[in-house]
Amino acid sequence: MNDPLIKIEGIAKRFLARDGAETTVFEDIHFGVEQGEFVCLIGHSGCGKTTILNILAGLEPASDGYVFVGGREIRGPSLDRAVIFQSHALMPWLTVTGNIAFAVNSRWPEWDKARMRAHCQKYIDLVNLSGAEKKRPAELSGGMKQRVGIARALAIQPKMLLMDEPFSALDALTRGMLQEEALRICAETRQTVFMITHDVDEAILLADKIVLMTNGPHAKIAEIVVNTLPRDRSRHDLHRHPHYYRIRNHLIEFLVDRSRAFGQETAAGRHDPRSPPVVRPGLTEDSPASEDGMPVRPPAMPKPLVAVVK
Amino acid sequence: MSSFAIWRAPALSLLLFLLFVGVWHAATLPTVGQQTVDPEYAKLVGAAAATGQKTAFPAPADVAAKIWTHLEEPFYDRGPNDKGIGIQLAYSLARVLLGFLLAALAAIPIGFLIGMSPLVYRALDPFIQVLKPISPLAWMPLALFTLKDSGVSAVFVIFICSLWPMLVNTAFGVAAVRREWLNVAKTLEVGPFRKAFRVILPAAAPTIMTGMRISIGIAWLVIVAAEMLVGGTGIGYFVWNEWNNLSITNILTAILAIGLIGMALDQILARLTRLVTFPE
Repeated sequence: MNDPLIKIEGIAKRFLARDGAETTVFEDIHFGVEQGEFVCLIGHSGCGKTTILNILAGLEPASDGYVFVGGREIRGPSLDRAVIFQSHALMPWLTVTGNIAFAVNSRWPEWDKARMRAHCQKYIDLVNLSGAEKKRPAELSGGMKQRVGIARALAIQPKMLLMDEPFSALDALTRGMLQEEALRICAETRQTVFMITHDVDEAILLADKIVLMTNGPHAKIAEIVVNTLPRDRSRHDLHRHPHYYRIRNHLIEFLVDRSRAFGQETAAGRHDPRSPPVVRPGLTEDSPASEDGMPVRPPAMPKPLVAVVK
Repeated sequence: MSSFAIWRAPALSLLLFLLFVGVWHAATLPTVGQQTVDPEYAKLVGAAAATGQKTAFPAPADVAAKIWTHLEEPFYDRGPNDKGIGIQLAYSLARVLLGFLLAALAAIPIGFLIGMSPLVYRALDPFIQVLKPISPLAWMPLALFTLKDSGVSAVFVIFICSLWPMLVNTAFGVAAVRREWLNVAKTLEVGPFRKAFRVILPAAAPTIMTGMRISIGIAWLVIVAAEMLVGGTGIGYFVWNEWNNLSITNILTAILAIGLIGMALDQILARLTRLVTFPE
């Protein structure tokens, strides 16, 4: 079997407290992201999700372990891995085009002005911002700013896109719209994406694989949930698919109960952090057995909808 | 109503000004006193001195007339002790601008370095803390001794006093550049020079410009005192020379000119600051 595009092997993050005691935020994190795959990482605040993304981006060193991209260990940031920041991180002194051109110029400094402009325009059109080219970030709404952030990241045509809760600072309506756009753009560009979120519905809508993380400290990957919904999804009829509630209940049950007490599950010794169990809750009818034979908890009864876990 | 509202503040300003001039005028009205001296002597010293007028302080009309004569011929040059107020102001401005620009050339790169490197910051901080509160005029004797030229010494004093606000503000502005912009530059593999000029400089520009504005204000304050000491030319020298001439009208004219030029310098820097300020 070929190695995945991104391979994370045993990364850990430890902090030295002032009294000399070592705090382990997470350790023994193993997973991979295949070419063209959309992977979401879900976990509670404080389990080190953003740190994992920063390590993948090369902005922070891991205390332990390795990250391979295309078979090579990463050393620092790279234009191959574009980041979409939660706070959009646009430069307020540049226009929309200026912000995107700054990134494009970093990637292809040899391009002339006309080529640069045309390239920027293509991505401005892609995120539906035509007409706002000359505006500065201060004149844009939160959703539009995040669109510029997405355009900036895509414009450098990275091997993979890293998103750190990109839609969490937006209102529900704008978030829904942007999620659909992200779905459309990813379908168009077949972009490899690694995204952090704490929104279960967002993960089900966008992801092919959902990586579940236990609570910190000593956070680990608990399971990898394969999203068995067809790739051709829309926010409007997603909930009509029979797999939807099974996956959703599985995720919520994990976030509400199992993420906290996962240590007891692993105490049995069946959990191997090097290859966390891959489960397909969408396919489980009544017999709770995952494909690789690992026992999984029975899927929760389709109880009344629990609100999105924040 | 709205057009009236616009004029309310200027109208009040004008009213205050007229009130001020009115009080000034009333306070300096000539009071013909008793002739206290010998008529022969009175002829010699002039009526005002001889009759013991209440005050020698000029009336507003005298000052206005003096300003008018200066405006008519601001750039005359009749020897070292009699130059037009325009020439004197030009000398002062030239010294201030030269010292200020030299200070900017030194302060902005060093400030950048301090802002970017916590090590350099900690290493230079004690020097800055000690040197910053020193009155620029305290450097004057040292400058005169080492530089051996009064004109150069005046420029040096301006240099020293403009240095600190720019240095401290540049360092602060550079150190306070938002982490996320630096992270963007990092993930885009932006080189150090491009990062300095395309990310840090624009991000810190408003703070740097504020430092420059403070600096030019201080430089303009200090130049008057410096020129009183070094003498020769400049508006500070002019004020001191007119004090020796006991020409209060000339001193008042010079004070007004200093104020107006200082305001103009501040406004120019404020404009420039607005140009580089970005709304968030």
